[in-house]
Amino acid sequence: MAEVVLNNVSKSFGCDIGLANVSMIVPDGSFVVLLGPTGAGKTTTLRIVSGLDKPDSGSVFIGGRDMSDCTPAQRDVAMVFQQYSLYPHLTVRQNLEFPLKSPILKTPQSKIDRKVGEVAEILQISHKLNNKATALSGGEMQRVSIGRSLVRQPSVYLMDEPLSSLDAKLRSDLRIELKSIQANSGATLLYVTHDQIEAMTMATHVGVLDNGKLVQFGSPREIYENPVSIYAASRLGQPRINVLPADIFGGAPDNAKTIGLRPEQITQGDGEDSFVQRVEHLGDQTRLHLLFKNQELITVTNAQSDLKNGDIVKIRPNNPFYFDASGARVA
Amino acid sequence: MAQIKIENVRKDFGTFNAVKSSSFTVEDGEFFMLLGPSGCGKTTTLRMMAGLELPTSGKIYIDGEEVSQKPASQRDIAFVFQMFALYPHMSVGKNISYPLQCQGLPKADVKKKVAEIAEILGITEILKRPVGGLSGGDRQRVALGRAIVRDPKAFLMDEPLGALDAEFREHMSQELRALHDRMGATTVYVTHDQLEAMQMGDKIVVMNHGVVEQFGVPQEIYDWPATKFVASFLGSPSMNFLDFEGMASAGVDKVFLGDVGFEIPKLIEGITGKLCLGVRPEHITLKNDGVYRGRVVASEYLGTTQVVTLDTSNGRVKARIASGVKVNVGDQTGLEFDPRTITIFDNGTGRALASNSNKGVLKHG
Repeated sequence: MAEVVLNNVSKSFGCDIGLANVSMIVPDGSFVVLLGPTGAGKTTTLRIVSGLDKPDSGSVFIGGRDMSDCTPAQRDVAMVFQQYSLYPHLTVRQNLEFPLKSPILKTPQSKIDRKVGEVAEILQISHKLNNKATALSGGEMQRVSIGRSLVRQPSVYLMDEPLSSLDAKLRSDLRIELKSIQANSGATLLYVTHDQIEAMTMATHVGVLDNGKLVQFGSPREIYENPVSIYAASRLGQPRINVLPADIFGGAPDNAKTIGLRPEQITQGDGEDSFVQRVEHLGDQTRLHLLFKNQELITVTNAQSDLKNGDIVKIRPNNPFYFDASGARVA
Repeated sequence: MAQIKIENVRKDFGTFNAVKSSSFTVEDGEFFMLLGPSGCGKTTTLRMMAGLELPTSGKIYIDGEEVSQKPASQRDIAFVFQMFALYPHMSVGKNISYPLQCQGLPKADVKKKVAEIAEILGITEILKRPVGGLSGGDRQRVALGRAIVRDPKAFLMDEPLGALDAEFREHMSQELRALHDRMGATTVYVTHDQLEAMQMGDKIVVMNHGVVEQFGVPQEIYDWPATKFVASFLGSPSMNFLDFEGMASAGVDKVFLGDVGFEIPKLIEGITGKLCLGVRPEHITLKNDGVYRGRVVASEYLGTTQVVTLDTSNGRVKARIASGVKVNVGDQTGLEFDPRTITIFDNGTGRALASNSNKGVLKHG
């Protein structure tokens, strides 16, 4: 497996900026998740690493080698796209075998069989191996397309929202499987998603992208507990971090424009009055929509809470974040 | 607005049975969720309420009037589709006013009504714009506007937010619910997203394979599922099922998994044979000296909490615990369950055994 390095990579599409001076090190054996909304530059980064797109400036190194003049095939990467792309005239088994049957690899048939069996087992598609690829549901096709990348051992796996088309149960199973495949094989994995649960649960490192810029890079815990900006703080955490005028509780630093409060940064039962506007029982927890000095905020309480609309809850901040006018963290 | 009543409704498409004998009532002014996986019959049920499909047998009442075999045009309901179908050659305002013009309302009234709706939806500024260049959210607002403008008896929505990305969906679902609270219109909403259902619904019907599995208030269904299907479909991660063979008789408040006894809510019916103990991830605590043992397979950090996956002698189990607790893959630890929250299932039928705790909630479809 290999380390991937991006050095000042920029890419624009006409007058739209795809990536602006992105530098990043994806350490050997790490699981790096790129997180951001549509248009942040996640997929562009992946395509530049794979060689499907060329950067306008900057360079990409895989395993210490400059990839500037390498075709996608020469880069030894395996890519999984958001939209499954299978060979429709082949069976599931033939689709999975395909990468191993490449004349360059000369893999013996016994090894191919073993590998295909293993991967099919992990992805829960063993019973469909002899089906035509077209005789599968969308979720099954996507699993085959993930499987086709896993039968190989490339320098790096590149995955673009591979789980987004699957149902919730399967997604949560595959999160654990992908994570353990990666951890056990020591593979380097660069993964794109806008699903924060995937980012939090699988990543060793999260790269937060905002309009083509890499704004923070660190472990999920670092980004959750120590975000550099409102933008980074808003990427992780459900319900989303509340951002209110800085002086609403008093005691804000001079340069602070806003105060950021995650649910666990709001102490209930002490402080000033807020009014319950809406109560959502989500099963494992209850979400409270509160009105505090004409500002709306959302926090959580225990599942069996009997609070209802119009009730008063006292709240005060507990180790909040403060941000300046530009949204950057000041305390 | 209106009450909608479904009585023993069945729908066959040729030899395929999409909905088997469904019965439930949507009360006036309720925000009502039809929840289930794809193919469960939820959209077919909604389309039958709308009159877009006619039931093979059974009855549908809107406001007390039987409408089972009446076409959509005679039911006075508004339907919002997953793929917001707008007229691409018309402006936002024209799209919204179209249903009123079709009804032959005077121009001045139409104008007033459209302005009012645009205000509610916060799209006054874009009324003159063509719908082509709009964002997903604005398109959805326009589609809603066109439904609301007629003041129908009820709104029927088929995964109206399904096509939006996660962050925006959250925002729109709050907006939609707030809109409902202001207007108080009976709304029936189809989704396969359990969180959306819990978050927005006053009541939920959970469907699977054309059958209503359970019907009730979200938190009650979550706490006291009637079937294993409901237990696993609601909640993320879903309820843990620990299979065991043994005896659970009426009147007992303890079951044994191997040698380990677990306290449970007192049962009022019993069976012997293949059983299953159901416990939600947030009701499991990890205690080093606990009698029931497990080995940590994975830990997933989620900010405030973490989800720990463990292998036990009764299968794989997920526990949701505070993220500050340090756990390492490979660790052996003890597991304790909150006895007040446990449901025992009959593994043969998948149904929950009635206990003192769940007897008020259990309603089998």
